[in-house]
Amino acid sequence: MNVSHNNAVSARPAPKRNAALKVMIWLSLVLVLMSVLYLMLGETIIGLQRVWQALWGRGLGEDVLIVQTLRAPRLVIALLVGAALAVAGAILQAVIRNPLAAPDVVGITGGASFGAVLFLTVLAGVFSRELLPIAAIIGAFCATALVYMLAWRRGADSLRLVLVGIGVASLLSAGTSFLLTFSPAYSATSAYIWLTGTIYGSTWEDAAILAPWLVVFGAVLYFNTGNLHAQLLGDELAVGIGSSLQRHRLLMVLLSVALAGSAVAIGGSIGFVGLIAPHMARRLVGPVIRRVLPVSALIGAIVVAAADLVGRTVFLPYDIPVGVFTSAVGAPFFIYLLYRSRKMG
Amino acid sequence: MGRKIRSTAFRSAGLLGGLVLLIVSFMASMRYGFVSISWGDIHSSITNYDEGVMNQVIARTARLPRALIAATVGGSLALAGAILQSVTRNPLASPSVLGINAGASLAVVAALTLASIRETETLMWISFFGAAIAAVAVYAMGSVGREGLSPLRIILAGSAMTALFASLTQGMLVRNESGLQDVLFWIAGSVAGRTTEMLLPVLPYMGAGWLLAFALSRQWNVMAMGEESAKGLGQNMTLMKLAAGLIVILLAGSAVAVAGPIGLIGIIIPHVARGIAGLDYRWLLPYSAVLGASLLLLADLAARFIIFPLEVPVGIMTAALGAPFFIYLARKGRAKL
Repeated sequence: MNVSHNNAVSARPAPKRNAALKVMIWLSLVLVLMSVLYLMLGETIIGLQRVWQALWGRGLGEDVLIVQTLRAPRLVIALLVGAALAVAGAILQAVIRNPLAAPDVVGITGGASFGAVLFLTVLAGVFSRELLPIAAIIGAFCATALVYMLAWRRGADSLRLVLVGIGVASLLSAGTSFLLTFSPAYSATSAYIWLTGTIYGSTWEDAAILAPWLVVFGAVLYFNTGNLHAQLLGDELAVGIGSSLQRHRLLMVLLSVALAGSAVAIGGSIGFVGLIAPHMARRLVGPVIRRVLPVSALIGAIVVAAADLVGRTVFLPYDIPVGVFTSAVGAPFFIYLLYRSRKMG
Repeated sequence: MGRKIRSTAFRSAGLLGGLVLLIVSFMASMRYGFVSISWGDIHSSITNYDEGVMNQVIARTARLPRALIAATVGGSLALAGAILQSVTRNPLASPSVLGINAGASLAVVAALTLASIRETETLMWISFFGAAIAAVAVYAMGSVGREGLSPLRIILAGSAMTALFASLTQGMLVRNESGLQDVLFWIAGSVAGRTTEMLLPVLPYMGAGWLLAFALSRQWNVMAMGEESAKGLGQNMTLMKLAAGLIVILLAGSAVAVAGPIGLIGIIIPHVARGIAGLDYRWLLPYSAVLGASLLLLADLAARFIIFPLEVPVGIMTAALGAPFFIYLARKGRAKL
């Protein structure tokens, strides 16, 4: 086989390994800067030095309270959720080979939301809150399976997949509003706010619920990126290289569902992050999946943290859910992608 | 779609059947609910109203406005859907899929929460405004560039717009939690708990939309043949698209102002109507109006009984009916899109 990997994927030559490394270092710097700003800004602005002291539990008691129990856990959740959604989107776009694929589009987010709202309203108090991610993941799995089954017709045509995804999403959102309208006012309100995609009031407990799942899924992903790269080459080439196509494709979709599902469980449906981040990543480092995944994760983390920073500082005293901002940026971007990819379909 | 040329007799009979269905659903909507009301009480609540009789009060102040609103809103949304499907030549188009309902609701929720506006008349204009913004956005997306967006891509763009409007709406609702429960019921789409006073100010504009839609029946036929043929037949495309936009804004905007965003009626009904009446818009429009009104009346009736004694917002019912239909069309119509 004479075709080199990169040429088969895209006509654009992929940047050198060093260039990708440089991109990652720059993004990490942005991430650190963003995090510092995140901890400093808010209703009370805390200076850099005092933030540093508060992080170690020294300095004013008030600073310690704000930084350690209010802002730091929320920042950690923002970063984790953003990274998980972005990686989920990057996997989907690679496996389905569809630039429009994203957790929100193929029904993952809708299913996870339904599962989580069901858990919060009907089963609240029956099980402990730590099981919330499981409810969301189960919902996400069912919805994705449904979308796939309905879209399958001698293969899952990518545009049909998106259309069926829209249909299933509206069905699920009807189900979700059904649950919301008929639960007691208190749990309905909290479920509704959660649904918008907000990380307001995140605690270390939330981070402790989310992090183990992401670590496990991340590890599985890390050991399977080689297969994912083979997938990107297209069905025939992938089989030629010896990747057992259907089984790995399924594994990858499952991983993506699990990552997005657990992110939605904690952060609600923060829209369009899984769509935008992988596109930006490919712009920066080319289509090689081994580089796209970590760069997507960094970008996703930065986007969600930045959106949340804006949401909780610009409209003081209101705390606007982060999902509002990601959708405001993401929806026009989705439409822009529709224009660009006019050739297909 | 095969050739569907029906005889006038068949079409008239079908329309008559539709009218009978409409009347039956209307009467059933008056009669059944949390309490059943006898025909006698219904009759005298209109001819010989006695405020002392509980059932007459219910019939006149709760059931009657509710049935009237369900019928007008259902008919309007179905008409708007039929016209959108003609102009975009897309079987999946409808006010809810293209984000027009979501735009109108965003505007109304903004007015409710930010400015505490409660008068229906003002809310209606705000709702028109929101619907207009969404329609202009969709129209712009459909015509920018050399060939614009394909019919399929307009649907995808519309769903992205819907997501955007929905998340902005949610953002606004989170700002005031106290009124959330009321607005939640409205935002799911409902015809319950409305008075005739809420319908009356909207009615002239809705009526104007209906008249305009029916008056241009022949033109919708030409539009449905495609842009090239329509131009060839001397149709002024810009004017027709403007007219279609105006009608859809009037119909969907007023429907949302009264009942909230009731989804997916506009997508089902025109297809059912086409199945019975064929492709001629002169027949398709009255069929759509009559069937849309009946469907919403029946859906609202079912909504009272599904988890009796509680009521489901009717928008949830129509979404539960319409979403599977949408998926069916998406599966079936790939080649045509």
